[in-house]
Amino acid sequence: MSKELVDLVVDMREEEAVKLAEKLLEEGAEPLGLLDDCREALGIIGDRFAAGECFVPELILAGEMLRQIGALVKPRIEASGEGAQEKIGKIVFGTVEGDIHDIAKDIVVFMLDINGFDVMDLGVDVPAAKFVEAVKEFKPQVVGLSGFLTLAYDPMKNTVQALKDAGLRDDVKIMIGGGQMDDNVAAYAKADAYGKDAMAAVNLSKGWIGVK
Amino acid sequence: MPKPENFDKLTPDQKRQARLEAWVNHEGIEFTDPAAEKGYKERAQLFADVFQMKKPKRLPVAIATGFFPFLYAGYSCKDAMYDTDKLGKAMKKFHADFMPDTAASAGLYVPGKVLEILDYKLYHWPGHGVPENTSYQCAEAEFMKPDEYQAYLDDPTDFFIRTYLPRVMGALEPWKELPPFTDLLELPFIPWGMLPFGLPHIQETLKKLMEAGRLSLEFAGKIEEIDNDIITSLGLPKYQGGFSKAPYDVIADTMRGTRAIMLDTFRKRKEIMAAAERNIPFMTRMPYGAYSWGGPPTAFFPLHKGADGFLSPKDFKELYWPSFKAVMLNLIKDGMIPFLFVEGSYNQRLDIITDPDIPAGSTIWYFDKTDMAEVRKHLQGYACFAGNFPSSLLAAGTVDQVKDGVKKLIDTCAGDGGYYVVNGAVLDEATPENLHAYVDTAKEYGVY
Repeated sequence: MSKELVDLVVDMREEEAVKLAEKLLEEGAEPLGLLDDCREALGIIGDRFAAGECFVPELILAGEMLRQIGALVKPRIEASGEGAQEKIGKIVFGTVEGDIHDIAKDIVVFMLDINGFDVMDLGVDVPAAKFVEAVKEFKPQVVGLSGFLTLAYDPMKNTVQALKDAGLRDDVKIMIGGGQMDDNVAAYAKADAYGKDAMAAVNLSKGWIGVK
Repeated sequence: MPKPENFDKLTPDQKRQARLEAWVNHEGIEFTDPAAEKGYKERAQLFADVFQMKKPKRLPVAIATGFFPFLYAGYSCKDAMYDTDKLGKAMKKFHADFMPDTAASAGLYVPGKVLEILDYKLYHWPGHGVPENTSYQCAEAEFMKPDEYQAYLDDPTDFFIRTYLPRVMGALEPWKELPPFTDLLELPFIPWGMLPFGLPHIQETLKKLMEAGRLSLEFAGKIEEIDNDIITSLGLPKYQGGFSKAPYDVIADTMRGTRAIMLDTFRKRKEIMAAAERNIPFMTRMPYGAYSWGGPPTAFFPLHKGADGFLSPKDFKELYWPSFKAVMLNLIKDGMIPFLFVEGSYNQRLDIITDPDIPAGSTIWYFDKTDMAEVRKHLQGYACFAGNFPSSLLAAGTVDQVKDGVKKLIDTCAGDGGYYVVNGAVLDEATPENLHAYVDTAKEYGVY
């Protein structure tokens, strides 16, 4: 473990963080240990985000640092044949039909992934039938519906209804989020909850799956 | 009333006053009947009063419209952008049936054919990248690359002509081969500057521009007809005049995209600040394109990438606010009123936007999702404010919830004036009953 790496990532010092990771690897550091450091840093950043002390740009840059350090680490893990992190639950996630907004969705998927969930990301403009298919195949505990527009209200409602019609509604908890969503829309769409940001999505999912 | 001859010598307050009076007194509008004229004048006066933080006779109520008028009329979103007859019918029916205190322009619904000819890539629109019953949506990309800030700073217009436009409009892609127009300096260089315009694929771009121009001119004529009919027969004033953007948003929305600009806030801070500053004169000039004397003297700014969450308060103050404030001050000096639409929320910005350098009563702040009790605490006595009736309630609430919501909002905000009622996000979806309840409750309950 490198406290220095954790601090650099938390402090958004991208160049230094990546350089240090390179150096540590050259010196023979445990590749998976570096990923653990990144996860620890991301945990701190996530808490700060939830507390309103850091913001979306920090999440995006943190993702970018993780991607770069991940790329350094990956060949060494593959060479040593070590396994990946164990997942705590499965989530199907997507932006609903008619809506092509992906930035918020990508951040939520990223934070869910960092927090140990196995996320199937269906992308944007996802028809209800595709959610149904994915739930059948992937068997998630949670479904996340993202949407930015007021015109996403009905597609959200239709997606929840389609899951019900397919007999899958009781198998999953459904959360919604995005630009013009709120508790009114969650009630309208018959979802289980509205989450105001990425950390809310993480906490909702952990709560439902029973992870502390 | 005509523009005063000594306009240039007036103070900013006097200029604003003169522009507002000219608007209320509807220079150049011929109404279909006296009732419409009276209605127009009364409504415009209500807004002129609240814009200047006075107590109006009653609270004016506006509906920020997206594609609702078309869905309400039984048309599709695509119709709005491809069929000007349906566009006109839907806009008229919407205004006549709901009678908000202000008219929305049909010009918001851009002709899809023009966008098709240009192969415009920054947006998807109904039937073209998104379903026919969905509003147009931004499809951001890095139309300016991270290493191109300097080229933009050196010559923004040249960058637009030869780099940005060829990327954002497929039809103008060949323009990336054009020489800079600043090469047309002296006699010997003229033919070399003209040569590209002899090449068939460059000539093709000009043909496309001419066709896009022809359709746009036709569209503009139709829009004028539609808007005038609503104004003159229903007596509803427009209250949005010109259009502009915060200089940071030009880089963030138009050129770099959300993800890229967020990384730039760490990697390219100086460049962002310099580019935002470079945009000040362009964004100051822009609102005048759609303004003429007697029109609403407001410059509408949809504000995007400075919202809570998108930047830290510190970065908002350093990267977003200075150039934006400079544009506002330029307009305020000339008696124009910056009309600031805060999309998302500004709960963490209220201390910053109540900047003592911006004179009281010279701006309008329209909020989407900001806490209105806090807004009142900060802005009352400083600027006109409005907004945050939840669009979700209009779509998914009951009539009683809507009525209660409007009353509660008015109780929270009305104070002694300087406030009007409007929904937060532009409206695509609502039930007609809810929208009637919204307008009627605001009119009935919003009396002082």
